[in-house]
Amino acid sequence: TFTWLKTFCSRPPNETADTGLPAELMLMVMQPGGPGIPQCNARSPTLFTINTWLVCSLLANIFVAIIFPFCKRVPLRYQMKVKVIARNPDDYVRETKLDIQRVPRNYDPSLHPFEVSREYTRALNATKLERVFAKPFVASLDGHRDGVNCMAKHAKSLSTLLSGSCDGEVKVWNLSKHECVRTLQAHEGFVRGMVVRYCGTSFFTVGDDKTIKQWKMESPGYGEEEEPINTILGKTVYTGLDHHQNDPVFATCGQQVDIWDEQRSSPIRSFTWGVDSFSSVHFNPVETELLASCASDRSIVLYDMRESTPLKKVIMTMRSNTLSWNPMEAYYFTCANEDYNLYTYDMRYLAKPITVHMDHVSAVLDVDYAPTGKEFVSASFDKTIRIFAKDGGHSREVYHTKRMQHVICIKWSADNKYILSGSDEMNIRLWKANAAEKLGVLAPREREAANYSQKLKEKFQHHPQIRRIARHRHLPKTIYHQTKELRVMKEARRRKYANVRKHSKPGSVPVVSEKEKHVVTVVK
Amino acid sequence: MASPGEASVDETHVGKKKKLPARYWQELQEEERKDENKVKSDGEQSKEALQQEEDKTQKAKKRKQDQSPSDGEKVKPEKSDPFPGPAPIPEDRLQKFKRKDKLKKPHRKQHKLRDIIARSEDASEMAQKQAARFDLLLPEEAGFLEGDEDEDTCMISQEDIAEAVDITSGAKYFNLKLSQFGPYRLDYSKTGRHLLLGGRRGHVACIDWASKQLMCEINVMESVNDVKWLHTEAMYAVAQKKWLYIYDSNGIELHCIRKFNDVLRMQFLPYHFLLATASATSFLQYLDVSVGKEVAAICTKTGRLDVMCQNPHNAIIHLGHANGTVTLWSPNQKEALVKMLCHQGGVRSVAVDKTGTYMVTSGMDKKLKVYDVRTFKPLKSYFLPAGAACLSLSQRGLLSAATGDVVQVYKDVCSMPVTKPYMAHRLRGTVWGLHFCPFEDVLGVGHGDGFTSMLVPGAGEPNFDGLDANPYRSAKQRQEWEVKALMEKIQPDLISLDPTELAQVDQATWEQRHQDRVEVLGFDPLAKEKFVPKYKKKGRSSAGAIERRKKQVAHEEQRDVIRKSVEDKMKMEKERKERERKKAALSTQKSALDRFKK
Repeated sequence: TFTWLKTFCSRPPNETADTGLPAELMLMVMQPGGPGIPQCNARSPTLFTINTWLVCSLLANIFVAIIFPFCKRVPLRYQMKVKVIARNPDDYVRETKLDIQRVPRNYDPSLHPFEVSREYTRALNATKLERVFAKPFVASLDGHRDGVNCMAKHAKSLSTLLSGSCDGEVKVWNLSKHECVRTLQAHEGFVRGMVVRYCGTSFFTVGDDKTIKQWKMESPGYGEEEEPINTILGKTVYTGLDHHQNDPVFATCGQQVDIWDEQRSSPIRSFTWGVDSFSSVHFNPVETELLASCASDRSIVLYDMRESTPLKKVIMTMRSNTLSWNPMEAYYFTCANEDYNLYTYDMRYLAKPITVHMDHVSAVLDVDYAPTGKEFVSASFDKTIRIFAKDGGHSREVYHTKRMQHVICIKWSADNKYILSGSDEMNIRLWKANAAEKLGVLAPREREAANYSQKLKEKFQHHPQIRRIARHRHLPKTIYHQTKELRVMKEARRRKYANVRKHSKPGSVPVVSEKEKHVVTVVK
Repeated sequence: MASPGEASVDETHVGKKKKLPARYWQELQEEERKDENKVKSDGEQSKEALQQEEDKTQKAKKRKQDQSPSDGEKVKPEKSDPFPGPAPIPEDRLQKFKRKDKLKKPHRKQHKLRDIIARSEDASEMAQKQAARFDLLLPEEAGFLEGDEDEDTCMISQEDIAEAVDITSGAKYFNLKLSQFGPYRLDYSKTGRHLLLGGRRGHVACIDWASKQLMCEINVMESVNDVKWLHTEAMYAVAQKKWLYIYDSNGIELHCIRKFNDVLRMQFLPYHFLLATASATSFLQYLDVSVGKEVAAICTKTGRLDVMCQNPHNAIIHLGHANGTVTLWSPNQKEALVKMLCHQGGVRSVAVDKTGTYMVTSGMDKKLKVYDVRTFKPLKSYFLPAGAACLSLSQRGLLSAATGDVVQVYKDVCSMPVTKPYMAHRLRGTVWGLHFCPFEDVLGVGHGDGFTSMLVPGAGEPNFDGLDANPYRSAKQRQEWEVKALMEKIQPDLISLDPTELAQVDQATWEQRHQDRVEVLGFDPLAKEKFVPKYKKKGRSSAGAIERRKKQVAHEEQRDVIRKSVEDKMKMEKERKERERKKAALSTQKSALDRFKK
């Protein structure tokens, strides 16, 4: 009988496979006839399972029976338990050259010091790189022989764009090839408005020659004449046109707002409200029976197609040129005003705009929402295009080139990636909606990296250095100086008003917020 | 915790009264319940969550029962999920990944902010949970050493440990007998793969110590004060008798930096790419090794600087001085950030742990003291009969202290009172340098008779992060890492006592912001313009008239304030009077009982 302890080493590379532990050398001490499973350590209670135990005891018996008599007596000190870190390099390096390298991770924060500073540095680098890669201009489409006056997106095809110019010519463009696929002389004088039918098979144009014309989308076959499907001769000049979202109904504006059925040659409904000229009319894309128009008496009028009278109107201090409905939030629309600002209104509460968007230094001529409804783009007489967040008071981006003149019309593409601008100097320009975005298909890792840096930029956006870099834009000298001048003027006006308040009887001069300042009245 | 296993047993009362066969998890759950009782206080939340989960499942079950058994048939209880809901995560593991306390919810009016905060908190909580879950999958476990019941682990010799462990681990205990160029300083690279030895008499060698391959060996023919690896194992710095030199791993001299003279000790800040040097002329200098520029040179005016360490948590340099003080330095300030009087005699050695919580110092007064460097308060004080000359803290918080030719390793020095060392080892010569090898259970000791690599089970972090410091990285991976690390080099001006300062909201006072604005603009935008009276004709701009007009507007604001305060005072006075009048009226009113008064 053995009253003292047996000692042995076991190297269980395969035996421990069932315990899920890596192969390692353990020194174990056991007593014969002792408890079944030796508790090695509290941290690894499953180290030895029954199988291993059996193997061990078998080994121990062999050891005791055969080897033990020849061994020298093991000193008592061997009763310790010890484990040191022993890694098998095979677990950490790749097996063959064709594999990718193994990267074991440990997310313990104490192994990653300076978390915040490193993230900040990454965010700073990402912001700088964004500025480096910000090249928004993609292409210029030339071919018109006069200024581009209106544009229309195709309802079904992303790569098709229609444009009408000041000499009555309409061109159909293939955007992916940057080329004109069709040209037609639609009107005499300006093409004032253009819209593609919701099915995408035909489009309508209105012009200075008092006609509304409907055209086929396909070009005529060989030998055929370029002729409209339908022509309506009106009494007055039409200045704008929009089509219903899913009914064969369209609206025109001129001296009054007319609603037309496609099958008829006279309007099914006409709206007037003491005004004699409207500049644009737009259907609400969500609440499809509603429409809004901008009138020359500085008012914006809302209509319901089903009713015989207009709903209400808001009169502002200056005239609005055009407006655009938010495609996601049915209540909101943004109008482009002559007073250099854009105003986002809630249709229900016209008394004051939700947001005033400032930054342009000249009249704003056109505005169009992104399909996401989160941003919109505006074109201005100051030869720039600006992108605003729907609730941002100032623009996040400004696009300009040396050659681009007054921008007359603007469209945001239906895939949310591009912006199209038509300007006075006969060109249509294609811009990226996100200036630093990489075009084309992204590899998964590329996309991940882009998302990560985007998040970092967001996280540290308020740090002064990052904000300075992210906000920096080069502006043409004239615009830069005009901005400054406007700021001075605004400040002077503010100061003057403050002085007036100070020197008047308390309460007689009220505080008027910037939002309230521009609305004269709301009429119902 | 309502254990799901039990629940299923309870439900069987509807059908047969047969006991379900025992399952291994039931035992586990009982154990768990015991654990739960133990940690009831902190495990409350998860418990509640589980309870809710349970309720939900029961509700669902009820619904099902309501729907189906209309024909009076007895339904068999469905097999319930023995582990409903997501697997519970131990609280301590969650705590490990916690960065911040939850923010106070802003007012309901600020619904946008509320929404943003709620969403970001959800995201961070999920990340924390996932990280905690992932912790389970880490492949390696930390080492340990346990003696028999009445055996001290400090009595176990290195030979025994080396014999007991596997061959590769056993080979990590070795001695290099280098008696000729005597006492050695040493440094391990950040991955722990490479060892750099610098002998006092000029012998410099770098070794891939795990494979025992000599990378280079030179003699600089000059005294060597200290050696330090730079960011990779391709370059190292040697503080020689006069100047600082930088060599590559082949032993070729890359730079001799004459701006850095008489350097005694060096520290490398890996995330900032800064080499901090302390010189005999009491200069603390910072060298940016990525661009080769001196970032800061600080004259500490405290004499010879031969005790130095860095706080790996916030990159602050700690210097020990002969007068018993320890000073904390950053490159952004010419003065010490903190001065602490730690010992009666001079400070012999300083070490700071990985989390930047504890600082251990030893002094000529033969004391070993532990401080909390976040609050600068002493925690523990030990008396070592011989005093400790060198100190080093390992990744898992073991402290090694060299007293003469004996190296002692202590466990849990910072948190518990310690009476006995965890391990001890006697060497041939006096210890000159001590360093724990990162990610290994190894302590390197440089001494008068060469170098000894000791096995200290439980010293190193078992699981490394492959993107940060990977001991098994290939040359290509190293190159990639180097580029990435250089890209996110932290600027030296971000070094501060609190490394998370950058993420906190800067709540500058209005005065501070105004002052900044004035500094940026070059003038004070809110300053009141001086009133200049207009020139008027017909003799109305005589000196007297001007003065009169000036007087009209002088102290306008002050006058406003005074007027307002006077008005307020009048109002209050009026109110007071009114109140008194009412009181008086009340008091003068005759009550019905007044007639009985005499």
